[in-house]
Amino acid sequence: MRFDLKINSVLREVDVPPDMPVLWVLRDILGLTGTKYGCGVAQCGACTVHLDGQPVRACLLTVAAAAGHDILTIEAVEHTETGAKVQQAWLDEEVIQCGYCQSGQIMAATALLQQTPQPTDADIDEAMAGNICRCGTYVRIRKAIHKAASHDA
Amino acid sequence: MTRKNLSTSRRALLGAALSGGGGFLLSAFLPGLPLLKASHAQDTATGVVFRPNAFIRITPQGSVTLIMRYAEMGQGIYTGISMLLAEELGVTLDQVSVEAAPADPAYVDSVAGEEETGGSSSTRDSWIPLREAGAAARMMLVSAAAQIWGVPENACQARDGRVFHSASGRSLSYGELAGAATHQPVPAKVSLKPASDFTLIGTSPRRLDTKAKTNGSAKFGIDAQIPGMKIGCIIACPVKGGHLSGYNRAAALAVPGVVDVVTLPDAIAVIGEHMWAAIKGMEAAFPQWEYGPNATTSTADILAQMKKASEQSGVVAVKNGNAQEALKQAHTRIDAVYELPFLAHAPLEPINTTLHIRPDGADVWVGTQVPGRARQEVADATGLRPESIAVHNHLIGGGFGRRLDSNSIGQAARFAKQVPYPVKLIWTREEDITQDQFRPYYYDRISAGLTQDGAISGWHHRTTGSSVTARWYPEGMQNGLDPDAVEGAAQTPYAMPDQLVEFVRDEPDAVTTLWWRGVGPTHNVFVVESMIDELAHQSGQDPLALRKKLAAHQPRALKVLNEVEKESGWGKALPAGHGMGIALHYSFQTWAATVLEVAVEKNGQIRLVQAHTAVDCGPIVFPDGIVAQIQGGLIFGLTMALYNEITLKDGRVEQTNFHNYRMMRLNEAPDIQVHLVSDPDAEIGGIGEVGTVAAAPALANALFAATGKRLRSIPFAKQLGGEKA
Ligand code: FES
Ligand code: FES
Repeated sequence: MRFDLKINSVLREVDVPPDMPVLWVLRDILGLTGTKYGCGVAQCGACTVHLDGQPVRACLLTVAAAAGHDILTIEAVEHTETGAKVQQAWLDEEVIQCGYCQSGQIMAATALLQQTPQPTDADIDEAMAGNICRCGTYVRIRKAIHKAASHDA
Repeated sequence: MTRKNLSTSRRALLGAALSGGGGFLLSAFLPGLPLLKASHAQDTATGVVFRPNAFIRITPQGSVTLIMRYAEMGQGIYTGISMLLAEELGVTLDQVSVEAAPADPAYVDSVAGEEETGGSSSTRDSWIPLREAGAAARMMLVSAAAQIWGVPENACQARDGRVFHSASGRSLSYGELAGAATHQPVPAKVSLKPASDFTLIGTSPRRLDTKAKTNGSAKFGIDAQIPGMKIGCIIACPVKGGHLSGYNRAAALAVPGVVDVVTLPDAIAVIGEHMWAAIKGMEAAFPQWEYGPNATTSTADILAQMKKASEQSGVVAVKNGNAQEALKQAHTRIDAVYELPFLAHAPLEPINTTLHIRPDGADVWVGTQVPGRARQEVADATGLRPESIAVHNHLIGGGFGRRLDSNSIGQAARFAKQVPYPVKLIWTREEDITQDQFRPYYYDRISAGLTQDGAISGWHHRTTGSSVTARWYPEGMQNGLDPDAVEGAAQTPYAMPDQLVEFVRDEPDAVTTLWWRGVGPTHNVFVVESMIDELAHQSGQDPLALRKKLAAHQPRALKVLNEVEKESGWGKALPAGHGMGIALHYSFQTWAATVLEVAVEKNGQIRLVQAHTAVDCGPIVFPDGIVAQIQGGLIFGLTMALYNEITLKDGRVEQTNFHNYRMMRLNEAPDIQVHLVSDPDAEIGGIGEVGTVAAAPALANALFAATGKRLRSIPFAKQLGGEKA
């Protein structure tokens, strides 16, 4: 079936089954491999993208449900003010180890800061608990979010 | 992990690296994969490229490429290794690009004896040879400049990618010197900078691999995109030793986008235009299995067999004095059994391999800790000559030991050789967990005693379990002893005049076992450090004070203990329900002590409050990298100690995804402070696994301090009744 997707402000037409998750459309059809597969069942957050500004798990979001909405992926998050700040804080705090989870972490953190520019530790806990980091970079993720937020102050 | 103590001296390594010297034309570039460019230098080259050894390449256009023999899996090794090379080569990190090495004997790790990233050995094994490789290249560039100018070499200085002649104010860039440098003789002797002259080593520059990981451009193995490539998913028989007995081929091929169904005796792959077609096709194929001899095996069966095996004495690893007699005389005596479960690795990037197998050769795109083994696996699976197989190593989305085995690459090759096109074969998360090769289950019997004045009086530790060494590296066995199985038990930080340590090998038929972060020490340090704690409490002594007393002959142990004592505020009054636990260990040539504070709620819920680790790993290359590895390593180990175990029922692994193989999450992670108290004159130590080793004993000891309950088997959370799903 044909679907019109708006990805990173660009309209893309894809011809795929309607139940196909956006994760695989991004990775395998459009070649946007920054969004990662970790679990396929909304347990790990590696596939987090923004749908109309909300963080969602692309592994469970079907292409039929996503059509007509704005999708933002890690490849374009630097074009948002908050996203660029988060990326910079991630580098400044040297958050990243293997990096496989970090697309999802950055997308989740960006969504948090867009909605809550000065998050408390409790806000961070709630917004980030869905994103697993197997390398255990949590201590630095928390610091980097606070750092990105302080740029707003 | 047991290492091959190959006598590859650092001179020999340097010689081998240098023997490829001289100029290489552009066409001689190896098919390495340019992964990360730290600079904007042009990587296209014309003319003669200076390639003084296997690790450095300088083009006349001035691009400096450092070739990485180790896999980057998050440990920051690309940065640490580049620092060693760049320090002596005389370039800054923003002047270099890094590239993964191809599978080639030039990149053998001399501690491991093969091309391998593991055992926390990368920095240790590179500390001298790679600095020498950088220095040799610098000397050739300086000689070239001196010759051009007709001045003595010692009148020239090299730094920031240029050679300077300060007397005349002239300078030439390394690019300008590349052609001339290829004609310089390889220096017979290189001298290294004294530590006081280091400008890079010991600093914390920005990591080279991280920028690309913030914007989706970093390429992991699973991100390989090859023209004409199809994508497949694999399911192997869920019970080890079984085979495929049937599947619905027509139904699978009827799923839109499915291209092929291919099988092996014990596995099936459905290949499609994209992963979703492959997944739906696999559902339709509905594979049937003949489960074979392990069809009814459960964890209880494996454990019963292991318990029985543990009643017999084993191969002796250490025998000092007379442990049995000393135990009889002991003033305080404890006899205990400790148990450690099977564990999956669960790296966040699931297992995957992309291959293009042709009649005359093959390309393999994969993230592996062992590129040489990977190439051999593909050769064995296809009958191709190893030299005709190119392994393009990628960034790794978590290794933890899993990618030290290459069985999944061999399996993928046996599928891929059945199709003419390039194919990316992915294990789903469910496959990644259930078909993992697991950290062995260990069943440890231990008896230990103290004399009246608090010295150890008899120590008898018998560990029973599978031997990873025997399967993975049989040459490493020592007359039936697996040195890994007793690492951290045979040598402890403590004075033990009467010590007996034995290993009983007991192989479970239904699972395959493999290395797991921290290897032997993650297992044995849990047992030893828990037991020391038990002895302290039973004899009414402070656990930290007892450790100092028993390790009084180890000045570096005392230093890390004193440091965590001070930093953690050991002994201060804590709120009700809180407790502090300590663990001390010497692993991978590094000393470390960790104090962990926990709080246990009335309902048994465990909260990790704060951790402090003091580390002495000898000379420090990349301090922030050490801190990051200790933080991440501790969280990796604490996750395991709280939650993880792989169990079997009817021969199948019961855990399938992150809902039932639970990971620690951000809201549960404690703050972790790392204190570096290194001795710069000591032997350099490893770091990637050190944090993990301390986690379980520090947690067990803290939980005892908080609750009075001694937990002798992992995982802990469910035993206190506080596990949240
Ligand atoms: S892959 Fe979507 S949440 Fe894990
Ligand atoms: S950095 Fe490796 S999983 Fe998060």
